Amino acid sequence: MDIKRRKFLKLAGLSAVAGIGAPSAFNMLLRGEARAAEGSEHGEEGHKAAGRGKERLGLVINVRKFASNKGLAGKCIKACHTIHNVPNYGNKKDEIKWIWVESYEHAFPEHSQYHRNETLEQLPIMTMCNHCDNPPCVRACPTQATFVNKKNGIVMMDYHRCIGCRFCMAACPYGARSFNWRNPREKDSRGRLKFIEHLNNDYPCRMRGVVEKCTLCVERIARGMIPACVAATGNTGAMVFGDLNDPNSEISRVLSENFTIQRKPAAGTHPSLFYII
Amino acid sequence: MIDKALKGDARYWIWLTFLLGIMTLGGFSYVQQFHYGLGYTGMSRDVSWGLYIAQFTFFVGVAAGGVMLVLPYYLHDFKAFGRITVLGEFMAIAAVSMCLMFILADLGQPMRVLNVILHPTPHSMLFWDMIVLNVYLLLNILCGWVILNSEAKEVPPPKWIKPLVYLSIPWAVSIHTVTAFLYAGLPGRHFLLTAIMAPRFLASAFAAGPALLLICAMVMKKFANYDPGKKAVDKLCTIISYAALTNLFFIGLEFFTAYYSNIPGHMRTLDYLFWGLEGHNNLVPFMRFSMILGIISAILIMIPAVRKNDRALVATCAGIFISLLIDKGVGLVLGGFVPSPLEYITEYVPTFGEIMITAGIWATGFFILTLLYKVAITVDRQVHG
Repeated sequence: MDIKRRKFLKLAGLSAVAGIGAPSAFNMLLRGEARAAEGSEHGEEGHKAAGRGKERLGLVINVRKFASNKGLAGKCIKACHTIHNVPNYGNKKDEIKWIWVESYEHAFPEHSQYHRNETLEQLPIMTMCNHCDNPPCVRACPTQATFVNKKNGIVMMDYHRCIGCRFCMAACPYGARSFNWRNPREKDSRGRLKFIEHLNNDYPCRMRGVVEKCTLCVERIARGMIPACVAATGNTGAMVFGDLNDPNSEISRVLSENFTIQRKPAAGTHPSLFYII
Repeated sequence: MIDKALKGDARYWIWLTFLLGIMTLGGFSYVQQFHYGLGYTGMSRDVSWGLYIAQFTFFVGVAAGGVMLVLPYYLHDFKAFGRITVLGEFMAIAAVSMCLMFILADLGQPMRVLNVILHPTPHSMLFWDMIVLNVYLLLNILCGWVILNSEAKEVPPPKWIKPLVYLSIPWAVSIHTVTAFLYAGLPGRHFLLTAIMAPRFLASAFAAGPALLLICAMVMKKFANYDPGKKAVDKLCTIISYAALTNLFFIGLEFFTAYYSNIPGHMRTLDYLFWGLEGHNNLVPFMRFSMILGIISAILIMIPAVRKNDRALVATCAGIFISLLIDKGVGLVLGGFVPSPLEYITEYVPTFGEIMITAGIWATGFFILTLLYKVAITVDRQVHG
């Protein structure tokens, strides 16, 4: 408490007197840059571990397994959206989604094929937050309501701090973020939740006016479980979850044995999600 | 000094009452939005910023435009601006107030707005925008008010105000630069990811701000017996024409880079804005109108005969203002979201309530402007007779 207060007073004082505050704030900015540069080292190569023992959680998504196992994608989505009380409004304007199926064309818009084969066209690409190593949303957020979990690299959300400016949504190159355009807890005349089918009391539902997205099930990971979507794939091997920086992890093995791609690598965000097409 | 705003003829009060009426309607709409959430507007998951942020961006420009009077007067000792410089400062006050209201209207959780100060985040451009806008507001209130006050008392302004006046000049540039940085640093939006964003913002600001000011001055000349001075009007016209031409030039540069490089990401938004994309063309008529109007007005304002005719001048300035209002206050921000990063095309149409809130903020801005200008011209008349 005391330290937090001191930190706040220090920052507030510095920021208020912009002229004097600028150099110090600038240092903070530079430090951020330095951190980003540091991150890019192991992000650049993506597959490799270079993480100085720091954990960086990620996913490998085997799209072929999803294609051959119809209904698996739906199972993942349902598991995630049920556990996290993601509301279903039934329209595109209010839509909130944490994980969804995208076509190859939209998930990888910069990849082009001449006479794209039909299988590729119809591949169900599981899409969600990429938990970037260098996340633009975190850079954009004016309140640090979205931030990187220093312990494991997950891009987190603080729903109680978010002011709903949606700068993060403009910054995300993957369209991974949703906004609560209306009250997700709205009830009908009989007192039942209108947009959440089964309320999970173990996970908070959000309020209107805040941004939300996949948090890689940070609440489950904290209890030693794997993300809900990964759990839903069972032993199909369609999703592999683990520490990208641990050379002995299964995900590291899968990455070194397969040709994988990331979404929009040119954006320099260093996604922690990899796809086997 | 504020008492001077409390005395006026019938037209003055009718105008204020009219504005108050629109402010009330806007207020009602805002209450509805506050209770329902931002789904009250036409924004969606794909187009997550709409009219509010677009208008905010435009009015940051109008606010910054005031510096085009302050700079010649204080740095180059251009005496003819002596009487209208305060109008520039007062317009900045009204415009920045509108910006702050637009931001507030756009927040999903407006009650938490102080989180921006409680958790200062130097790597966020929005944090810096909050700082530069508020300081600019403060600078203009101080400079405008203190100098006008000394003028009313017919004493020289206090010495301490001079450094603040000088500070306000680069500060005006900073507000629009930082606002451009909100957009120009987003990795997933090709249309906005352009290094020329800040210069283009400044060019359009230096045309739109003085154009609005000139319209106000001409209206006051007709209705309030106020004379901005021929030399000042002529100089303002020169400033507006150069700025408008520079802005058109910058737009041309954007077109060149996009279409000559032939990179789809750079072309698609321009396609959407000016030709329509895959059958989606809501904004096409607006953007074309804006472009044609902008070119015609920029030519007209360079013609001496137009400058000498008050009516023609007001119409030309209105042309420039409206052209830029559409270009920046609608097309720029909305275009940035089409197509989406996943190459979907979702169109945005503002709702009636959203337009009412926007109108309410406009009315509030004009309300502030009217009161301030009333004070300014009353003092002006006292001093210059």
